Amino acid sequence: MIGEHLAALQVVVPLMAAPIIVLVRRGAFAWALTMVVSIASLAIALALLVQVREVGVVSYALGSWAPPWGIEYRVDIVNAFVLVLIGLLATIGGPYAWRSFAAEVPEDQHYLGYAMFCLCLAGLLGIAITGDAFNLFVFLEISSLSTYVLIALGRERRALVASYQYLIMGTIGATFYVIGVGLLFLMTGTLNLHDLATRLGDVAHARPVLAALAFVTVGISLKLALFPLHFWLPNAYAYAPSVVSAFLAGTATKVAIYVLLRFYFTVFGKSEIFDSLPTQDIFLVLSVAAMFVASAAAAYQENLKHLLAYSSLGQIGYITLGIALANQAGLTGAIVHLFNHGVTKSALFLLAGCIWFRVHSLRFADLAGLARVMPLTCAGFVVGGLSLIGVPATAGFVTKWYLVLGALETGHWWIVFLPVVSSLIAVWYVWRFVEAAYFREPGPALIGIKEAPPILLLPAYVLVALTVYFGLDTSFTVGTASRAAEVLLGGLR
Amino acid sequence: MTSAEFPTALILILGAAFVPLFRGWVRRAWLLLLPVLAFAHLVGLPHGSFGEVHVLDYTLVMMRVDRLSLLFGYVFLIAAALSAIYAMHHDDTLQHVAALVYSGSALGAVFAGDLLTLFIFWELTAVSSVLLMWARRTERAFGAGLRYVIIQLISGMLLLAGSLIYLQQGGSLAFEHFTLAQPGAWLILAAFGIKSSFPLLHNWLQDAYPEATETGTVVLSAFTTKLGIYALARGFAGTEMLIWVGTVMTAFPIFYAVIENDLRRVLAYSMTNQLGFMVVGIGLGTELALNGAVAHAFADILFKALLFMSMGAVLLRTGTVKGTDLGGLYKSMPWTTGFCIVGAASISAFPLFSGFVTKSMVMAAAASEGHPLVWLVLLFASAGVFHHAGIKIPYFAFFAHDSGIRCREAPLNMLIAMALAAALCIGIGSFPAALYALLPYPVTYVPYTSGHVLAQLQLLVFSALAFAWLMRTGIYPPELHSVNLDFDWFYRRLGARAAAGLVTGSSALYQHIAAHAQRALRGALAQGERYYGTDGLLARTRTTGSMVMWVAILLVFYLVLYYV
Repeated sequence: MIGEHLAALQVVVPLMAAPIIVLVRRGAFAWALTMVVSIASLAIALALLVQVREVGVVSYALGSWAPPWGIEYRVDIVNAFVLVLIGLLATIGGPYAWRSFAAEVPEDQHYLGYAMFCLCLAGLLGIAITGDAFNLFVFLEISSLSTYVLIALGRERRALVASYQYLIMGTIGATFYVIGVGLLFLMTGTLNLHDLATRLGDVAHARPVLAALAFVTVGISLKLALFPLHFWLPNAYAYAPSVVSAFLAGTATKVAIYVLLRFYFTVFGKSEIFDSLPTQDIFLVLSVAAMFVASAAAAYQENLKHLLAYSSLGQIGYITLGIALANQAGLTGAIVHLFNHGVTKSALFLLAGCIWFRVHSLRFADLAGLARVMPLTCAGFVVGGLSLIGVPATAGFVTKWYLVLGALETGHWWIVFLPVVSSLIAVWYVWRFVEAAYFREPGPALIGIKEAPPILLLPAYVLVALTVYFGLDTSFTVGTASRAAEVLLGGLR
Repeated sequence: MTSAEFPTALILILGAAFVPLFRGWVRRAWLLLLPVLAFAHLVGLPHGSFGEVHVLDYTLVMMRVDRLSLLFGYVFLIAAALSAIYAMHHDDTLQHVAALVYSGSALGAVFAGDLLTLFIFWELTAVSSVLLMWARRTERAFGAGLRYVIIQLISGMLLLAGSLIYLQQGGSLAFEHFTLAQPGAWLILAAFGIKSSFPLLHNWLQDAYPEATETGTVVLSAFTTKLGIYALARGFAGTEMLIWVGTVMTAFPIFYAVIENDLRRVLAYSMTNQLGFMVVGIGLGTELALNGAVAHAFADILFKALLFMSMGAVLLRTGTVKGTDLGGLYKSMPWTTGFCIVGAASISAFPLFSGFVTKSMVMAAAASEGHPLVWLVLLFASAGVFHHAGIKIPYFAFFAHDSGIRCREAPLNMLIAMALAAALCIGIGSFPAALYALLPYPVTYVPYTSGHVLAQLQLLVFSALAFAWLMRTGIYPPELHSVNLDFDWFYRRLGARAAAGLVTGSSALYQHIAAHAQRALRGALAQGERYYGTDGLLARTRTTGSMVMWVAILLVFYLVLYYV
């Protein structure tokens, strides 16, 4: 019974939780319901993943209106993987949010925070699960609007500015996306992504379709913070409450990448449109720029969360590099990194939150000698940092390996060196934390500081452990990602 | 599942994670327990490939157990245990953890059955060992450590690049014997060569080792270079080029060792010299030669550790290891003096000491394989090593003119570690059969023949005579060319001077490049700050308008590209 409606429940459960939370107006209840909803999302996502591994595609007609007229929820191995990531990070964030919200958000706003969190979760899951281009826009807006509120909950007043800038940029991105979809609708008369793919073949080289591709590409690039459309991201992540940063860093940009994959490989994949367009080359150039410029910027940041945010931009460069390579190994690397980096970066933001919880500052100057008073937090941070670098036996290495293989496959041997050299920059920015925390004498700011409470450390450590685990046992991540890459490349003729 | 499926390396590496939790005697017991446990794990392991892990469509072999890997496994663990005892007096968690991870990863590399596993542990040794230098927490040590780790990481990169090319060109990931004609083999050889301190690739060793902490150098001396030797023996045995590379390695460091004042640096030079013997053995590639190479590696780890331990004790008690500042310490540190002399006798290959029964195998192989020139250079190098490591080290530190330094004897744990190492050196030298039984190939070689003993004693006595005479006439340090009476004419004819000049040149070049690189880096960092700093062009907080402008630019860019 329930098994048939899993796809719908995936979105409906968190979506319904939000109004209930607002009606009850109790922080504790809101937290408990958010926990339940998050765990339910993870369970449903895992169940869906199991299903699609067996049957290939789960198609759910919303309200029993058959596609392509009604809205279709369409789950294959690609988005099932993304759903699992979102569910996982929401579940991990739940217990952490209790203490983190208490420390960072005024008490009368707690329930609103949780309501927004549920909405954001529903929006992100919706983007990933829907098979309808316009429905996707709706969920994009739901997740974005709730994200603006979540960021604005940050303690500092700069959070408001960051949120405002993200609002403007996010709205432009969504608008561009909907303009693109409108143009596609104009040319094909359908909004169903799958249906679009088959109908585009006839009109692929009509100018509106080219314009649609440009609008969708720029709109989505904005949401995934591809260089040079990334300027909104560092402040948004840095000034949001810790748990929000962690959740968004692991999911928001990743979902946007999924949308890009969907449009490039499923919707436009069957037409000949890419043969004549230099999209791949542009992506390659922008990815490389992101890998170097953003990583270098990370190395110069004075604030730990800014450092992590810039490093995210660099890591997104790896993902888009894999997409630009557009072969089995490269795409596998991109999809694995989407998952692995989500886990790693969430872990790091949660640990940064632990540090803030005790020290009330994330400036490097105040973190000198931190490892003496918060050894566990710092050790976890170093492990996460090693994964950012791509040290063997961490999740980050797996990605590098596939990107290098993908680059070798294309025959562009010089691309092989790019991830390697850019990981040296990662060594540099991770080293800055190590140097501050382990090799400097503790300053007066650290007197009386204790290790972070277990309720904050434990969720972070689960993700740290996963970072190492997915570096050692890749059967789940690489297995799923390589099948996803096959599905996507199968969309190409 | 047998116990062989579990990688021995993980006992040390995972065990290291618990070190910060313990204090006092529990920690000390733990530090000693881990290598003992690992050793117990090794004893009685069946031969074969175990611990297979399937990663990324490849099968990684964590435990390739055969006579060669077992031998290195044993000696690495003995060295780990000795250095754990030696380091027990201090409480620096960082050093304890780094030493354990370092020795564990060296062990992991020895048992690695494929190139990827080898690479992983290869890099891990680099990263963990540099902490032993930085733990000294001086500016000099930091700089030397940075240069060291960059070179070691380059070695890892070469190994990875070579492996990938080898794999891509139809090879497999298995770590077996290579020939130089195979694609990627040269890169792999270069990676191994850096670790084994091949001539012109050697400078990191003398640069970095003397800068580590007194206990750190002991640990360092055991693993990195011997890992290189192991890898060479596994991958490039019988490669003729190595004979000549090794020959050069035995000879050139002697000139530097003689004029060097920092006694730990003298030992670092003698390290390259001893590694040369092993490389020659590997290059010869016969059963006798390979046996000799690995046996000498075994012995070298022990006596070199013993020598570094004695110098570490001196450094700990007096704060210096400068030959000119020391002297007369035998009054204050009689035990240390005694142990140092045992180490010196071993490295100089005195009969009844370990070097005698191992080094001679390589030399005998060189002679029997028809390489008289190589044999002569090795003979010269033997005299040279006796002279700079065997006499110079104990003489300047403990005897010579009395420096007036009166200090306490080394701590008990250091003395115990030194005593154990000394006992092993004498034990191997007096009863070589036990070590010979462990070697990769059956041993027919007999070290104690009257001819061999006599020849060696003659060599040593004349070398000692030369030293004594030079000291008495007061021409010792500057006039180094007249030190080795018998071979003086020979190395001149060889043009060893030219080689020495080349090495000096490379050393100067290395310093030059390092200095330039540092200056350039500093400039680049400042430049980077302008662009990437928090107020820099590429990283400052922007106005919403300028963000939107970028969106517009990109959209127009795409539209134009698509439409044209």
